[in-house]
Amino acid sequence: MLTLPTSALSAESLEQNFQEVLPALSKREASIEANRCLFCYDAPCTHACPTHIDIPGFIKKIARDNVKGSARVILESNFLGSTCARVCPVEELCEGACVLGSDHKPIEIGRLQRYSTDFVLEKKLDLFKPAPSTGKKVVVIGAGPAGLSCAAELAKLGHAVTILERKPLAGGLSTYGIVVFREPVQVSLAEVEMVERLGVNIKTGVTVGVDVTLESLTSDYDAVFLSVGLGTVPSLGIPGENLLGVVDGIKFIEDTKTQAYSSIPVGKHVCVIGAGNTAIDAATIARRLGAESVTMVYRRSASEMTAYNFEFEFAKKEGIEYRFLSNPVAVRGTDSVTGLECVKMRLGAPDSSGRPRPEAIPDSNFVLECDMVISAIGQEKHQSLAQQLNLETKNGYIVTDAHNQTSRPGIYAGGDCVRVTGDASTVMAVQDGKIAARGIHAQMLEGMVSAND
Amino acid sequence: MADLSIDFCGIKSPNPFWLASAPPTNSGHQIHKAFEAGWGGAVWKTIGAPVLNVSNRYGTIKYNGQIIGLNNVELISDRPIEINLREIAEIKKLWPDRAVIASAMVESNPLAWKTIIQQIEDTGADGIELNYGCPHGMSERGMGAAVGQVPEYCEQITAWVREYSSIPVIVKLTPNVTNISASARAAVAGGAHALSLINTINSIVGVNLETFELSPNIGGKGGHGGYAGPAVKPIALHLMSQVALTEEVMRAKLPISGMGGIMNWQDAAEFLLLGASSLQVCTAAMLYGYRVVEDMIDGLSNWLDEKGIGSVNEIIGKSLPRISDFGDFDLSFKTVARVNPDSCIQCNLCYIACNDTEHQCIDLKRGEEVVMPGFDERDNGRIQATSSRPFPVVRESDCVGCDLCHNVCPVTGCITMVEVPSGRAPTTWRQLSAERPEVTQDWEAMKRYRAEVGIDIH
Repeated sequence: MLTLPTSALSAESLEQNFQEVLPALSKREASIEANRCLFCYDAPCTHACPTHIDIPGFIKKIARDNVKGSARVILESNFLGSTCARVCPVEELCEGACVLGSDHKPIEIGRLQRYSTDFVLEKKLDLFKPAPSTGKKVVVIGAGPAGLSCAAELAKLGHAVTILERKPLAGGLSTYGIVVFREPVQVSLAEVEMVERLGVNIKTGVTVGVDVTLESLTSDYDAVFLSVGLGTVPSLGIPGENLLGVVDGIKFIEDTKTQAYSSIPVGKHVCVIGAGNTAIDAATIARRLGAESVTMVYRRSASEMTAYNFEFEFAKKEGIEYRFLSNPVAVRGTDSVTGLECVKMRLGAPDSSGRPRPEAIPDSNFVLECDMVISAIGQEKHQSLAQQLNLETKNGYIVTDAHNQTSRPGIYAGGDCVRVTGDASTVMAVQDGKIAARGIHAQMLEGMVSAND
Repeated sequence: MADLSIDFCGIKSPNPFWLASAPPTNSGHQIHKAFEAGWGGAVWKTIGAPVLNVSNRYGTIKYNGQIIGLNNVELISDRPIEINLREIAEIKKLWPDRAVIASAMVESNPLAWKTIIQQIEDTGADGIELNYGCPHGMSERGMGAAVGQVPEYCEQITAWVREYSSIPVIVKLTPNVTNISASARAAVAGGAHALSLINTINSIVGVNLETFELSPNIGGKGGHGGYAGPAVKPIALHLMSQVALTEEVMRAKLPISGMGGIMNWQDAAEFLLLGASSLQVCTAAMLYGYRVVEDMIDGLSNWLDEKGIGSVNEIIGKSLPRISDFGDFDLSFKTVARVNPDSCIQCNLCYIACNDTEHQCIDLKRGEEVVMPGFDERDNGRIQATSSRPFPVVRESDCVGCDLCHNVCPVTGCITMVEVPSGRAPTTWRQLSAERPEVTQDWEAMKRYRAEVGIDIH
């Protein structure tokens, strides 16, 4: 059977290439950085954080060597503080709002947050205890950040929570989708364990609709929270996309999280289609696995990219090349990939997204020689669940109200399945889960009060 | 370049910076190095009675990672006296242009003092400093602060020393008294040529939260030590200026060698302005080495040049006339705070300081609208957080001019205290007490007075 070769790099250099990009702060570094914080009142960093962590509060606790107290402040607002410390686009959030940024360097809030939360994860400290049981039962579908956050908040309030997860491991994108050098799997799994220690029952390998019916869930539980995320990368819809060497970007990232680096097939010359954060992650991974050249192919120009600017800069530093205004039209090859045929594009009038519409320039086809094509052109939406539950959707995303309740009472939703691409991030998912938990709690308490009447 | 040289009761030095009597002046080898670095003088680590030291000897207090206070339980020199005397002579011979002062402390009897004074004079030292201030170890043996704290002893011993010595005698005062003027008067009465202060302050610097031991920990025990460093500077400035303004000291025209937390040229300039005519430094050197003197000299010299002042001697005591009793402050002098929105970084530290602990006269404003702190929970991101952030604005009609906001603001020059006309004739509490005593004694009269002159405190 024909297969792609795996990395030519040694196990040691692969291990080295997938170390966390930013090292952990030492106690001394953390103390110096924490002492730089001005302790703003009604601080803009807290405002900018989607989960509104009391950032000056936790930083001052680091300065006073109360690391446990500092972690408590973080986790109170964001149960997945350790993941967020690593993956948040801090330039666009807390650090971007730091008052020291205007004429100095913003506080390294993300790294300080990691310092505190890692302390409790490593020591397996439990800073929260579940309240006495309320007798209410909630089922959460999907053990990603939104689901874990919602489950943790509900468990703290004394509700019995079950999470059903299709994959073998819980953690969602934190476990499977964030590149290792941003967040190692162990961090995500340690957070999952912390949620479990609150009494949340996580059942993995359970597919709703296959292993368990939706009807049984809505009847067996007092509330449902949907945090099913998004699906696989849609097909490219161009000739040659089934050739050996064409891979799904999400799957490619997942492999680096779950398999030995030396067993992952990687090309010598790789083309990545797309220009979002997943595309950049896939490109940097290919590079770190040993690809000699990695070229990102995007039909629009740099200013229309959906990736964060820091990701774009990071990719450039990694030696990744860009082909803007280039649209793939066919994957070349007989059995396996030998090239990617593209057509040159130009920008036309704005389309429905407000961005200039790319138009093909006639007779401008060219071929990028490559032996691997990674497709990262977005993710499909899980429409079937929403359809089965008869939930209102918009452009495939589930519609929710201010409490994150769907069009059907008792069914809440959050995370990537409700959030239009671009706004989606782990920290938003965590906040979705928190808001939903509050809504579910209020609704169930109301039920309890009326039942007592 | 400004002339930094001084003549301190006949003791000359090329600049006013002397190392204080302490570990940095423990040996000839060290002082030689210090003079090479540029120090204008050195007061030798106190010689006298035999001692034995302990370990550990130092404890510190840190704020935001920086040492602001240093505490010690080290005693006077533990090197045999003849070695110290020999080295003093060698150093003075090697460095004739620098001030070499011997500090002494012996038992309180005339013979002991006569002996040591003779020994010091034989070295060629420029002067003698009497250590009446050491707060630990020696005081329990009837020396150091035990002398400094009893004006009669202080006067008596100073008189003995004057009788036996032909070189200038500087009396070093302890701050561990309730009224330092009494100590200063005793030194004047005893015939001192000059005063120096402050010695270290009695202190327990800290407790180790792991072990519950004191810092410094001496085999499980600890005790009070002498506190020094930047944290003591305000206390030193106060005590020194109080001494400088003591009538007997002024009348006798005694020069003062000022010390206590001088870390840099700005500190030095403040000591000079409040009456010091020589400066002694210890902690700065202990924390960073002798090299610190370079910028002390350079900075002071540049500052004098910028001010157009030709000699350091011209600024000595220049700010002393401004020291006044509360009763002589002008009650009609009024300032209000103004925040410059162009340099404001919107940290809101002024807002919270004013609203929690002062007069609630800073508003958060978005345009003309006064807004409460806080935000919509659904808001997030850099752009929303920064674009909607209000600015602190002082409600000047309610501002009492307390100056707290200006002090807490992290941006230099962002908040200024602006003098505004109060509409009242200048008056002081002393005048008010004399002219309208009822106003100062009776709340109803005070209320009427406020209404009459237009003082409204909300």
